[in-house]
Amino acid sequence: MKSLLLAITASLFLSAAQAEPIATGDLGLIIERASGSVLLVDQSDRAVLQRIEGLGDLSHASLVYSPDQRFAYVFGRDGGLTKIDIVTRTIDKRIVQAGNSIGGAISDNGRLIAVSNYEPGGVRIFDADTLEPVADIPTGSKTIGLVDAPGRKFVFSMWDTGETWIVDMAAKTPEISKIGDIGQNPYDALITGNGRTYITGLFGEDGMTALDLWQDNPKPVRVLPGYGRGRKKLPVYKMPHLEGWALTGREFVLPAVGHHEVLWVDADTLMEAGRTKTYGQPVFAMARPDGRHVWVNFAHPLNDTIQIIDTVTKTVVHELKPGPAVLHMEFTPRGHEVWLSVRDANKVMIYDTRTFEKLREIDAESPSGIFFTARAHKTGL
Amino acid sequence: MARLFATLMLLAGAAQAAQADEASGPDALKRLVHQDCGSCHGLTLKGGLGPDLRAQNLQHYDVDSLTEVILGGIPGTAMPPWGPLITTDAADWIARYLLDMEKK
Repeated sequence: MKSLLLAITASLFLSAAQAEPIATGDLGLIIERASGSVLLVDQSDRAVLQRIEGLGDLSHASLVYSPDQRFAYVFGRDGGLTKIDIVTRTIDKRIVQAGNSIGGAISDNGRLIAVSNYEPGGVRIFDADTLEPVADIPTGSKTIGLVDAPGRKFVFSMWDTGETWIVDMAAKTPEISKIGDIGQNPYDALITGNGRTYITGLFGEDGMTALDLWQDNPKPVRVLPGYGRGRKKLPVYKMPHLEGWALTGREFVLPAVGHHEVLWVDADTLMEAGRTKTYGQPVFAMARPDGRHVWVNFAHPLNDTIQIIDTVTKTVVHELKPGPAVLHMEFTPRGHEVWLSVRDANKVMIYDTRTFEKLREIDAESPSGIFFTARAHKTGL
Repeated sequence: MARLFATLMLLAGAAQAAQADEASGPDALKRLVHQDCGSCHGLTLKGGLGPDLRAQNLQHYDVDSLTEVILGGIPGTAMPPWGPLITTDAADWIARYLLDMEKK
C-alpha cells in the first residue's frame, strides 16, 4: 500500500513537472571528464538539456544504454558504476565496484551490466535494475576490450596474459571459455555489429587477432601480422581505440599502432585491403553510419585535427582543425551530423557530415566521450 | 608620445611573456601531466594501463632518474619517450611535481 501511494505521488509529481511524455530516442550523454559530470543533450535540437553531477573520476569513462533508452550505465575510472535515469534527469543508483576500471557492456537482453577492471583485474557483473552483484570473474590481469555478444555472452581480453575469455551468462552459473595465444599486450577490442567477429588490437606486437564467435571453439587468427615491418614504430602517446567498428561495405578500417596510417581489412578474408597515410597516429577511425566516409582523430600532440577518408578511393578528402584535443566523435544514427568533443576548448562542435560546415558549438567542461541513445540497439556498443 | 610608445612596447613584451608561459609554464605542464600522461596513468594519476604515479609510489626514484624515464621512456613497455615532445627542463619540472616537490 505504501509503495502504491509512493508510486501515485511520484507519477503526480512527474505529470505536474513534465506535462509531455519524454521521448529519449534522439538524446545523448557527454562525459565531462574532469568535473565528474555528464551533459544530457538533444541531438535534434543540438542543445544541452541538463548537467548531471556527482559521478566521480570520469577520465576515460564510457557508458551503455538500457534497451528502452531510458537508463545509462556510466563506467568511471575510479570503479564507479552510475545508473542515470534520462527521463527524470537524475542519478538512479550508484556503486563503486572496484578500484580502477576501464569500461563495460550490457547483455543482449538488457538484464546484466558487466564492468572491466584493472584493479583488481577482472570482470564483475551486476543486475541492470538493482546494480546488485551477480558474478565476479577475477582474471589476474588488467582486463580490456569488454563487449557483449549474442546469447547473454561477454567477451574480454587480458593486457598482461594475452588471453581472451568468453563468459556465457545464459547458464545458471557463468561458463567461462578461455582462449590463449591472442598476442602480446592486447590494448582494446571490438565486436562486429552482427556479433560474429571479435578483433583484438595488440600493443606488444604488430598485428591484430580475430576470433570467429560462430565457431564452437574459436581459434585465434592473426590479422595483418607484421604490418609495420621494416619501419620504425613511433612512440605511442595515446592508445588507439577499437570501439567504433568502422565497417565500410566489405572492408573495415583500423588504426595502426605507432604509425601515421589506418589499415583496411577485407571483412570476409581478414586480409589487408589497403593503407591510408594520415596526419598523425590515429586514435579513433569511425565510419559514418552509411560507410562512405571514415573520420579519424589523432594522438597527442597532433590531436587538433580530424581527417575524413573516402572509403571508395581510400584517400583523405577533407581535413578539419576543430581545436585543441579532439577526443571523440559520435555520428547521429543516420550520419547526417557528427558531434566532436574538443577537450581543451571546452566545446562540443557539431558538423554537417557532407558540407563539413560547423553547425553549432556547445559549452562543455573538458568533454570526452559522446554517446547517443541509439547505441542501445547495437551489439558491442 | 615617446613615453606612450615605450609603455606600449612594455605591454607587448608582457603579452609575449604570458604567451610563452601558456605553452611551457606550470599550468601547461600540469595540464599535460593530468590530461596526457593521464591517458594511461589516470586523470588523478592513480594508474590505469600504466602504473600509479602518486608520490608515495615513486619514492624509489630521485629527480634525475625520473626525469630520465620521462625523457627516454621504458623500452619494452608502453611508456613512450617524451623527449621528442618536451624539453629537459619541462621533464625535470614534471619529475619534481610527481615526487611532490612542486605545489599541486
